[in-house]
Amino acid sequence: MTRPPVALRTAALEQLLTERGLVDPAVMDRFIATYETAVGPLNGAKVVARAWTDPAYRERLLADGTAAIAELGFSGPQGEHIVVVENTPTRHNVVVCTLCSCYPWPVLGLPPSWYKDPAYRARVVREPRKVLREMGLDLPADVQITVRDSSAEVRWLVLPERPAGTESLSEEDLVGLVTRDAMVGVAKVAP
Amino acid sequence: MTLPVDGPAAPPRSNGELDFAEPWESRAFGMAVTLHDAGAFTWEAFQAALVARIAASTGEWSYYREWLAALEDVLADTVTPEEIDTRAEILAHRHDH
Repeated sequence: MTRPPVALRTAALEQLLTERGLVDPAVMDRFIATYETAVGPLNGAKVVARAWTDPAYRERLLADGTAAIAELGFSGPQGEHIVVVENTPTRHNVVVCTLCSCYPWPVLGLPPSWYKDPAYRARVVREPRKVLREMGLDLPADVQITVRDSSAEVRWLVLPERPAGTESLSEEDLVGLVTRDAMVGVAKVAP
Repeated sequence: MTLPVDGPAAPPRSNGELDFAEPWESRAFGMAVTLHDAGAFTWEAFQAALVARIAASTGEWSYYREWLAALEDVLADTVTPEEIDTRAEILAHRHDH
């Protein structure tokens, strides 16, 4: 039997749960607004820029991602068990969630549509170099690529390479260079 | 399979990327987060349901369709699919007028 369209089912479920006192639409509004406007890759960019400019912080970040990220005030749902891996000129990490869409919300916000797409989830594991090239990142053949599969137990975040020629930039300036895609490992940070 | 890729990465400070293609997607998202925050289910339980729904997905891909189905799954003891569909039909007729 065909069920009613998803938009109507969603509205129906919200009504039923509201009537039973299980959800408060005003609370829902606040959660949605938070993820649409306040939580996003700017948080992750601040983490990366701090790690680039403060070697002690970088060490703490690589040792315990969730704790070091919380130092900057970023925590919350999907922020548990964040593990940070560093990209270098010879080793490149790229993140996927093959089973669903695990993603470190407090530092990157909600995942983009391509991250959730079956094609990316299946193909980046099988042929990462080709997928990265299609996404605009052509890595030299001698760069070793490691695909990191996120799950409820581990949510990966990439610490991208700091671009050459940015030695004179302040931490604040560096924040502006860091992109979401670089922190997922499908791009590099451009100077 | 082709790989759909968004345009150039949005600068992180803009946070301007549209997370939800349609309003119902944001309601389905908000419901799950609100219910989890209220202790209605563990995130692990929801995630396991989502993984199962995604694995069983056929036809045209819609992430939030699977998300909603997973939410229905973890709420099965609270709200049945029949109740949801009955209410959805009522809402559909309301929109007709």
